[in-house]
This record gives sequence, C-alpha cells and structure tokens, in this order.
Amino acid sequence: MALSPDDVAALAQLARIDLTPEELAHLAPQLDDILASVQQVSEVAAADIPPTSHPLPLTNVFRTDEVRPGLDREAALAGAPAAEDDRFRVPRILGEAQ
Amino acid sequence: MSAPTTPAATATGDPTRRTAVDLAAAIAAGETSAVEVTRAHLDRIEAVDEAVHAFLHVDGERALASAAEVDRRRADGEPLGPLAGVPLALKDVLTYAGAPTTCGSKILEGWRPPYNATVTQRLLDAGIVILGKTNLDEFAMGSSTENSAYGPTHNPWDLDRIPGGSGGGSAAALAAFEAPLAIGTDTGGSIRQPAAVTGTVGVKPTYGGTSRYGLVALASSLDQPGPCARSVLDTALLHAVIAGHDPRDSTSIDAPVPDVVAAARSGDVAGLRVGVVRELGGEGYAPGVEQRFRESVDLLAAAGAEIVEVSCPHFRYALPAYYLILPSEASSNLAKFDAMRFGLRVGDDGVASAEQVMAATREAGFGAEVKRRIILGTYALSSGYYDAYYGQAQKVRTLVIRDFENAFAAADVLVSPTTPTTAFRLGERVDDPLAMYANDLCTIPSNLAGNASASFPVGLSPDDGLPVGLQVIAPPLADDRLYRVGAALERALGEQWGGPLLDRIPEPTARPSVEVQA
Repeated sequence: MALSPDDVAALAQLARIDLTPEELAHLAPQLDDILASVQQVSEVAAADIPPTSHPLPLTNVFRTDEVRPGLDREAALAGAPAAEDDRFRVPRILGEAQ
Repeated sequence: MSAPTTPAATATGDPTRRTAVDLAAAIAAGETSAVEVTRAHLDRIEAVDEAVHAFLHVDGERALASAAEVDRRRADGEPLGPLAGVPLALKDVLTYAGAPTTCGSKILEGWRPPYNATVTQRLLDAGIVILGKTNLDEFAMGSSTENSAYGPTHNPWDLDRIPGGSGGGSAAALAAFEAPLAIGTDTGGSIRQPAAVTGTVGVKPTYGGTSRYGLVALASSLDQPGPCARSVLDTALLHAVIAGHDPRDSTSIDAPVPDVVAAARSGDVAGLRVGVVRELGGEGYAPGVEQRFRESVDLLAAAGAEIVEVSCPHFRYALPAYYLILPSEASSNLAKFDAMRFGLRVGDDGVASAEQVMAATREAGFGAEVKRRIILGTYALSSGYYDAYYGQAQKVRTLVIRDFENAFAAADVLVSPTTPTTAFRLGERVDDPLAMYANDLCTIPSNLAGNASASFPVGLSPDDGLPVGLQVIAPPLADDRLYRVGAALERALGEQWGGPLLDRIPEPTARPSVEVQA
C-alpha cells in the first residue's frame, strides 16, 4: 500500500503534530519504505503463536495503600508553561463559541 | 591464567586516566580527595568537550559540592561505598532534581525536574559525583546522536565519526576520559552499540533489574538503564550500585541482584558453554569486525570455555518487529508532551484551542526522527492495521523469546559482534532511516526478550582502525555471566595489547572538520 501525503496528514492529526506540507511530502515515501520492510513480520507469525506484550510475566503489582508525601504545589507547577491561582493554566478546551 | 592485575594506565598520576575502583581506593586512603578528582575531570571536560560534545549540561559547582561532602564524610570516619567520590556522566534522559533534563529535545528545553530518578538517587546515596548530563538522540531514538536537537556528539577515536546512539554522549565521555563512569539506557542497543564503537564497556541489565522510575520513557517494555565504564570491574561496581528492586517501578524484579562484582573479579570461564549465534554474522558484517570477533571467541576457548554454535532463526524478524513495537509504545508514551503541564508551549495566543496549541507545540518541539516514529506508531496502532502490524510484531516477540530459550538450553551465554560495522561517518545515514535502523540488528533481540546483554571492546578493526565490540547475552537474571566473560576477554586481550585499548586513542583536541546538522 502506498501512503499519500494526505494519509500522513490524517495520521499527524491523530498524533497532534502540525506537520508542514514539506514534511508530509518527505515523510510519506519514507514511511512507505519502512512499512514495506516491517511487513516481514506477517511471514512468520502464525495464528497459534501467542503474542508477547512484555518480557516479564508480572500481573497486578500492588503496594499498601498509605498516605505519603508528594510534590508540593510550588514544585509541581515550577515547570508549567503557564500557571494561575496555584493551577496549570491551559488554552481553551471547548469548541469555538457559537 | 594470571591473577587479575591493575591495568598499566591506572598507575599514572592523571586522575582522568585511572579506573573508578582505583580512584575510589585512593580517595578512601586519603591519597587524593574527591574534590581533587572531580576538579581534574571538570578541567578535562573544559579542555576537550568543545571538540567531542559529550555533555549537554555540566554543573561544576554542584559536582564539587557533592565531592566535598564525600571528603567530609571520609574525614568524619563515616563508611563510604566502593565508588564514593568517583565522578559520573548521566545520560540526559534520567531526572536529576534541579538539573536540566532535555532528552535531547527542544520540547523539554529549560525543564528542570522536581525529583530524582531512582538510578540517580542510588548514585547520590553511593557518594558518586554527577558531573552533568550527556548528549543523546532525541528521546533516545537513534543510533548516532545525530538526532539530538543540540547537535551531534563526536566519536573521540575519529571526530568525523558517530559515537553511536542513543547514548553516544555517555560513551564518548568515557572514551575521552571526561568521566570514568557513565549511565546509559538501552531500548534497542543504546548502551551496547555506543560502547562498541567507542571501545568502552556497556551493560544492559536484565529487564526489571534496574529501575525505570525517573527515566523518561521511550518504549516501556524495552527500556532499561545500565552501567557504562572503561573497565569490566568498574562497570560491575556501578551495576551493583544502581540495580535492585524498586517499589516505584511496577516492572522492577523483586529478586536478589546477581553477584556481578564477584564475577568481574573472577573472569573464570572454564567449562562455560559459549554459543555463537549463527544468524548474527556473514553478509552485511564488515570483515574486520568478524575477524576480531572470531579471534575473541578463540581467546575464550583458550581460557577454557566450550564453544558451540546455536541457531536463532527468528532473529531476522526481530528488527522489523522492533520497529513496530517501539514506535507503537513511543507514540503512546510521548503523548504526555502536550504543552499543558511542562516543557514548551507554542501558539498560545488566547484564541487558539488547547488542541491547536498542542499540535503547534509538537510540530515545533519534536525533531524529524521523533515525528517519523510517532506517525509510524500511530499507524501501526490504528484500527484496521493493528492486527497486521502491532499484533504480528508481538507474535514475533514470542518467537524470538523461544529462539533464546532453545539457544540457552545448549549454551550458558551467547556471543556475536555488537554491531555489523564500526562507527560510520557523521551525516552518512542521517536521512536513510532503514540504513540507520540496521545498526541495531544484533542488539535488538535482547530487548525484545528482556534478557541481560553487554558489549565489551575486543580491539580495533584492521579495516579502519576503529573499535570493535563483542556482545555477550545471558538469560534473564544471569547478568553475572556477562561479567565473567567480559573479564576473561579483558584479561586475555590486555595481555596481548600490553594495556587497555583506550591507551591507543588519539587526543581529541582537533576541531571536527565537518559540522553536521545544527
């Protein structure tokens, strides 16, 4: 399958990256090459092979539920791009005002 | 076989040429001080790092204060750890409270984490002096450090060549004698490949053997911090400092750490079954790399190891599987860089929505390789393609693990060249992702399986005079076997060479003749 710059634009939108037209044109054929190469995985992996998502057979690691000190507000906000009233200030999250 | 000896170079007076174990002993004995040793390394950084560019950030004042604290504790008669007062270079993907942590990315420029990674905390508790943060490919994605937003690191053996990646800064700092110890992280070879191309030692512990808490995640099921140094014993001592269970990392193994230090001191390989992996050699491997590899296997045989050949037929699918699994996990992990709570924010003009600001920030803050892998991962995880790509890759992962299980039934450790070639030239593969990815052919299987793996220097290639690394792989939680083999090789090769390989490295004083991407 060949990825078009439009396909890459759709993926970039899902990934929230505002790629330029030049980047889209450059990335599409590169991603095509990479996908053609990684497609080899379909040659071997048969239906009866269980998938491995993780190298350790761990399940449900718990710790005791106890109150511990965390970051204070000042430290937590120190790296924020913008803060206001002891909170993270973010751009508007609702749609265009109608 | 002779008893372990102190390499010749450690006998010289220059602290930057001495091993960590030797420096720690001299500090403990009062022959020198941690401050003196730290100052010597800061001077060395000052002298050579303009040419090498191993460091992104050096905090001399803080390092000297840590060193002074070690000297005070010694004067007060407090017990000191085996590496107390020894300087270290920390890969800039682990948090060190208050110090810039960029991950080689513009998106984190200026960010100072409010907490220490567990690895960092254990270094500090051991009295190890952190000199600064080392360069890497952005978010550890790459094999050459050319993907760093802050410019590439240069290989001290030849400044026009790559130092490996992603941990090229840590490896170059060791090879240029800017630090005797370093920390790397290995997701697909980012500790071992830089070690191989710089003539240094690097170990990827068993997955879960070292804590990932405070390591900025690339691919969570693959990432593992590990020790790097110029000698096998130094690496083992550092391994012992950072390894062990951490309740803050849910994938940390709650089991005793193998006695890596005893293994490094012993170097006894008599009767050890060493499996040569048939599939990791031949076409695509440089003749000089294969020659040094074969000679080293012969040395192990001469030291009493039993050499067998093993076959891992699915390793050829490891690389494609990795380049599906890694981008998938990375695209999810890097979603946290959303311009809301930390790092860069672009286009927040009071009108743009959070989503627009997010997309503009990620466009401005991420480099080409990071974008490439996020898009690839987004594709591999999207509905309709998930089974064909990510799902299939996970099955290949099972097959690779089975290959290892079969191989470890016939051998106690496996060996191969660490990389198919020696260090290539800066700029040579920058815009050819597939050629760049092929670097990690030999190292990736261990990350998929989560076992222990290391690279040890085994000489200079007769082709080009550049370092060659030998990879040793051990089953999960048998990390000590890596050091046993590494120490045996170090001893046999040191006798041949009359000293460590790095005695032969040129002084990196010349300015690099090419500047590759800003």
